[in-house]
Order: sequence, then C-alpha cells, then structure tokens
Amino acid sequence: MNLALILISVLILGSAAVALALRNLIHSALLFVGCWAGIAAFYLWAGAEFVAFAQVLIYVGAVSMVVLFAVLLTRQSDAAEPMNPDSFSRFMRALVAGGGVAGILVGAILGTPMDVSTAGPAPTLTVKEIGGQLMGPHAAALLIVGLLLTVALLGAVVIAAVDRPEKSEDAS
Amino acid sequence: MSVTAEAGTFLERAPLVLRDAVVQWFPAPLQWLAHHLITIVAILAVFGVFFAFTTVAERKLLGRLQNRLGPNRAGLPWIKGSKLFGLTQPFADAVKALTKEDIVPAAADKLLHFLAPVLVVAFSLMTFAVLPFGRNLIPVELDAALLYFFAAGSATELAIFMAGWASRNKYSLLAAMRALAQVISYELPLMLSVVPVVLVVGSLSTSEIALAQGGWTFGFLPHWHVFTPWGFFGFLLFLVAALAESNRAPFDLPEAESELIAGHLTEYSGFKYALFFMAEYFGLTALSGLGVTLFLGGWQAPFAFLEFIPSYAWFMLKLIGMIGFFIWARGTLLRLRIDQLTRLAWQFMVPLALINLGNAAFWALTSGWSGPLQFVRWGVSIALVVGPFILLGRGLNGGRGPRTYRYATS
Amino acid sequence: MSPLQLCLLLSSLLFCVGLVGALARSNTILVLLGVELMLNAANINFIAFWRYGPNPAAGTGVLFVLFAIAVAAAEAAVGLALVIAVYRHQKNIRLQEANRLKG
Repeated sequence: MNLALILISVLILGSAAVALALRNLIHSALLFVGCWAGIAAFYLWAGAEFVAFAQVLIYVGAVSMVVLFAVLLTRQSDAAEPMNPDSFSRFMRALVAGGGVAGILVGAILGTPMDVSTAGPAPTLTVKEIGGQLMGPHAAALLIVGLLLTVALLGAVVIAAVDRPEKSEDAS
Repeated sequence: MSVTAEAGTFLERAPLVLRDAVVQWFPAPLQWLAHHLITIVAILAVFGVFFAFTTVAERKLLGRLQNRLGPNRAGLPWIKGSKLFGLTQPFADAVKALTKEDIVPAAADKLLHFLAPVLVVAFSLMTFAVLPFGRNLIPVELDAALLYFFAAGSATELAIFMAGWASRNKYSLLAAMRALAQVISYELPLMLSVVPVVLVVGSLSTSEIALAQGGWTFGFLPHWHVFTPWGFFGFLLFLVAALAESNRAPFDLPEAESELIAGHLTEYSGFKYALFFMAEYFGLTALSGLGVTLFLGGWQAPFAFLEFIPSYAWFMLKLIGMIGFFIWARGTLLRLRIDQLTRLAWQFMVPLALINLGNAAFWALTSGWSGPLQFVRWGVSIALVVGPFILLGRGLNGGRGPRTYRYATS
Repeated sequence: MSPLQLCLLLSSLLFCVGLVGALARSNTILVLLGVELMLNAANINFIAFWRYGPNPAAGTGVLFVLFAIAVAAAEAAVGLALVIAVYRHQKNIRLQEANRLKG
C-alpha cells in the first residue's frame, strides 16, 4: 500500500525537479505532463476516481496543449542561454528559500501526532453524489466557476490576439 | 425453442466462464493479475485481428467504390495459386512494415521520436477498457467511465505533438499544429453530443447507459437513444465529430495523402508508421464502439425474438456497421478545406450540440407525459432539432459561395 | 509513518520544488508552471485530508479540488496568453526584462 504511494511520489517529485532544471523547454513541458499524470495516479490511489480523470482531461489534455503552443509561439534562438553568475546566485537563493520552507514543513508534519484511523477502507464517492453536491449546496460556486472560465477564456483570446493591424502594415 | 434459449444463455456466458476457468489454474495471490491479463490479451487479440480485417475491408470496399478490384492476390504462401480473395493481405502488409528500414532523422529528438508511436497506440488501446462488449462483459467497471474514455482519448493529442516536434522538420511541426487544431476543435462537439445521453440516463457509466436502452415498445421498437429526436441528432453530431477526431476523410486534412506527404508522420517509416496507422484504426474502432454503446443500444438485440444471439455478437455487428459507414463516407465525400472545417465545428456543431442538450433536458422533463401529450412531446422535440438545423445551416455558407479560381494567363 | 504523513510530505516537497522553480528560473513559462505545481501540491493535501479525515462522506475535499482544477485551468490560459502578448512586444520572455509599463 505504502510502496505504491512512494513510487508515485518519486515519479511526481523526480519529473517535476528534472523538468524545472532542464534547458530544453519542450522537454520540461513534457516532463510536467508526466508529473501531472503522476498526480492523477495519486488521486486514483487515494480513491478519488472522478478527480483523477478530471486531472488527466484538464492537465494532460488541455493545459499541456496551451503550454506547448505557448512555448512554440515564443521560441527564441535555439542556443541555450549561458549560465551566468547572476542566475547562479539567484538559483542558490531560491534553493535556500525552498529548502527553508521544506525544512519547516517537514519538521511540522513529522512533529505533529496524527491520530487518524488509517486502517479504514478508502471512502467511495460516486459521480452521482458529487453531482448532487455540486448542484445542491455548491450550486453558486459552480455558477461562479462557469462564469470565471468564460471570462478568463475570452480575456485570454483578447490578450493573445493580434490587436494592432496598423503595425503589421508598417512592418510590411 | 428451449434448446436455442439454453444455447443462447450458454453462449452468452461463454467468455466469462472460459476466463474464470483459466483463472482457476493460477495460485490465489496471482488470480487478480491473471484476471486482468486475460482481459488485456483478449482485447488485443480480438481487436488486433479486427484491425487487420478492417484494413482489408476498407481497401476492398474503397476499390469497389472507385470501380476497381482492390487487393485480391495475397493468398497462402505455401500453396501455389491460392488467392483467398486477398484476405491475407494484412499479414503480408505487416511483414512488409516489420522488415522495412526504420529511418530516424539525424537531427531528430531520438527519445521522443521513439516514444510518440508507442504512446499513441497505448492511449488509443486504453480507451477500450470501458466499452461494454456484452452483457457483463466489460473490462473495467468504472463509475466515471465516459470521463475516463475522453481523458485517455485526449492524451493522444500529446503524441501527435511529440511526433511533429521530435522529427525536427518544419513541415512535420506545422502539420502537427494543424492536426492539433482540428482535434481540439472537434473534441468540444464530440463531448457536447455525448452529454445529452448522460443527462437522460443519469450516469457516466457505459454499462449502465447500455442497460438503460433495453426493452421494446410493442415488442419491436427498441428503446435505443437513436430512435428519439435528440438521440438521432446527437448521433449525427457524434458521427461527424468522431470522423474528425480520428482524422478520416472527409476530415483527413492533417495527412491528406494526395496533397501533403504525410503530415506529422513525414519522418516516420517502417513499423513506427504502421503503429500510427494502427492507432488511427484503434481510435476509430473505440469511438465507433462508444457510439454503439451510447446511441445504438450497446449490446442489446434490435428485436425481442433475436435475443438468443449472444450480446457480444450484436455489439460486434453494430461495430462493423459503423466502420462500414465510415469507409463508405471516405469513399464518397470530398475533403474539406481548413477554414470550412473549423467553421463547421465552431459555428455549426457547437451551437447545435448545445441546443440538443436543451432538447434532451426537455425530453427528460416530459418523460411523464402520456396519451396525446406524447405527440406534443415528439413534435416539440423534432421542431427543436429541425428548426435550428435549417437556420444555422443556411448561415453556414452565407455570402461565401463557392470559391472562384483565377488561373495565370501567359 | 502513517500514509497521511507520507501524503503530506509528498505535497510539501512538491510545493517546495515548485517554489524553487518559480524563484530560480527566468523563463516566464517555467515560472507559471512552478506556480501551477504549487497549486497541485495544495490539491494533493485536500485529497489526502479527504481520504484520511474524519468525515469522507461529505466530499468537501474532492469538490474543492474540482473547483481548484477549474480555476487553475483558467489561470494557465490567461497566464500563457499574457506570455504571448509580452513576447510580441519585446521578443523575449525573460521575466527580469519585462519591467516596462509602456509597450
């Protein structure tokens, strides 16, 4: 039981760390997809089937596509940027900050006694129950999320669209 | 009569009985593994053979549609003069693909170039896991099966991108972008055409959707979703979107063989190309299977007196019918232009699918109506289908008439 | 160590990986992805507490994660649209060079 969890954790953390360290943006984007798929596997392990499939559908299917298109649309020269001392010192500072946060969090988790029943079977939440919850007590939140998504996507299209046709005439 | 019924029930249970018998041979701790392995092997065997004969059927049917014979020479190699109507053609093709040289471009991203065909086949095979092939004959019983199907299907887009990018060929990359634009545009109408079924049945589980379509009115009119106004229209939308999703004619722009080289598959050869080809057919078969499950009654028999034929046979028959329709469409229809393709998706199919969702909601709300109100129900529902179709269809080509061509005069 | 603690360790380490990535890289897309990772780490926490919490039948954790995924998708779409807009103006997506309000 715990072995599966540890394997999934190694997959998630390994792919995330390597993705953030790579120079090739496409490779790191694809590794991020692997990381998201690992998180979906974690949700499956925890028994949250619906969330796992939603994660795959949205992250692996949609967000990854947006990221890959963005990488291709903003491609710079193929030569990788050199590792200058400025970015190195920033990396060290980031590592110190991240390590500090990690130390505090791990210490807090290991130091806290958790009296939860771990022996119980995984809880099951059917799709029907989730739907009932969404349409009942959380209907307002559902409406707001729908509105948010519509506005966000319209805004994204407006921002990313070519907005100044007269400039292209100048260029040509 | 009783004998046939007995045989029917035995045939019905035969695959499950066989599987359980084989599982019994394994030691107890390995039984769950054996259980799943047998399912996987069965799906691979059945749909591998199905894929092989789909290709030969497609080539022969296309040949007939184009007034030629199609492949009819391949027989058994060890019997001189045997032809077998060319039925062993796919095996000859497989040998050819396996023995061809596998060319990888020098500048290619070797790992991704290798990974793309593997992933595309794996993801398209994963979608088979939630199709109910017969009564109680479903590989994995999932509560959110439809969501799983679309999640696994949408992951193939990633493989298309990888294939285009890893080739380090600008035409491959451009073609992969075009393919992605098409697949993403048609994912929306595909899902929206499925949602009405979920709304009416009240479940995302494919086996429950198939079960919900059982029974007959007057003993001969089956309760399939395709025989309701919203279901019929949803099925049409699903068919068009499925054709576009699986990149088949008339929507085969990404790899239009008479215009492009092979789109994002330009740099693939030998067995890797065959894998992409295989994944395309697996995707088509899985989508057809989903269409059969959602709209054509799944494994249910069309008439009550035909129930003695086992359910998986009905499923396969309907599947073959769907594939035959797709081949027919490929042989008949002309390829669309890219602007026509995206306009069809966004200006026509998405609004119609949304209206159809409202139509299905009306159908579900009025399920208690009876007597003369039934006619009102049917009338309103049909009007909700035909009206928007005519209105939007008129606007689809409005002011854009056929393109005029000007040729250079010397 | 109980499974809950393992889950929490996983999520906090993932959060820190995302944090280091967001702070150390200068490429805007990678910074966005780092933020995205931190969001995912929070989601893992919600699922872990739903799984081992006292009242899993309520499903609050699952619902929260569903909403968080929807919001994260919107965030990614808008963020990457901004990246493309910035790139169009200065042909570069390095964060420290995007420091002018006037385009």
